Amino acid sequence: MKVRDVVQILKADVLVEGDLDTEVRTACGSDMMSDVLAFVKDQSVLLTGLTNPQVVRTAEMMDMHCIIFVRGKEIDDTVLELAQEKGITVLKTPYRMFTACGLLYTNGLSGGSEVQ
Amino acid sequence: MSALSFDYVVPGDDFTQAGAASSDVKRKLKKIGYDADVIRRVAIAMYEGEINMVIHAGGGTAHVEIDSDKIYVILEDHGPGIKDLSKAMQEGWSTAPDNVRSLGFGAGMGLPNIKKYSDILDIDTKVGEGTTLYMTVFTDRNRAGGD
Repeated sequence: MKVRDVVQILKADVLVEGDLDTEVRTACGSDMMSDVLAFVKDQSVLLTGLTNPQVVRTAEMMDMHCIIFVRGKEIDDTVLELAQEKGITVLKTPYRMFTACGLLYTNGLSGGSEVQ
Repeated sequence: MSALSFDYVVPGDDFTQAGAASSDVKRKLKKIGYDADVIRRVAIAMYEGEINMVIHAGGGTAHVEIDSDKIYVILEDHGPGIKDLSKAMQEGWSTAPDNVRSLGFGAGMGLPNIKKYSDILDIDTKVGEGTTLYMTVFTDRNRAGGD
């Protein structure tokens, strides 16, 4: 699916608009950035409830295209400015983590590292 | 290509700035045109090291050498040192306080992640004096015998 499909599925606000036509296939949901850095491979969407600038840094290191802040949290401008600088789309969804992940999963986005 | 080298100061008092050096190195490697996987491994290993320096050691310095066949990173701090290095290398073992976990780190994955993404990792650490990490990432992983 495209990032713009994610926006629609999650009833999300676009806080930083990168390329909404970027194709995304896998996602990761976590509040622990070290876990994201350890286990994610070629995942392009990060769902998190954490709202500090290290979320953007982590997404940047992993070459992710889109960050989704769950539970409708307010996001500091410094975080958004960093994402803008790095060309990463930032969305805010009113859904909680579990529901947001579930909605994307049932619409075709996979975890990318399922147990065989 | 002859080696390029860069030096950075990693400030210890500003968590929001942690990762700025890794970000700059990533940008430079991209510009030179290294393979995306090589760039990602360098960036993640260095980023975890930077975070560790900010969390545990009050900051430090980073020295990066970029060569055609490898990227070499030295991260040096004068923090408390690592008491039990073998435990620190285990996934999930952490001495980070709860406030660090609330920032998304301190899950005990820092050093294991650095080891995972580096081809060679050497660590010098002495309690009360500090820690220095020497990380090498080869541009051709076969050369290092890795996966």
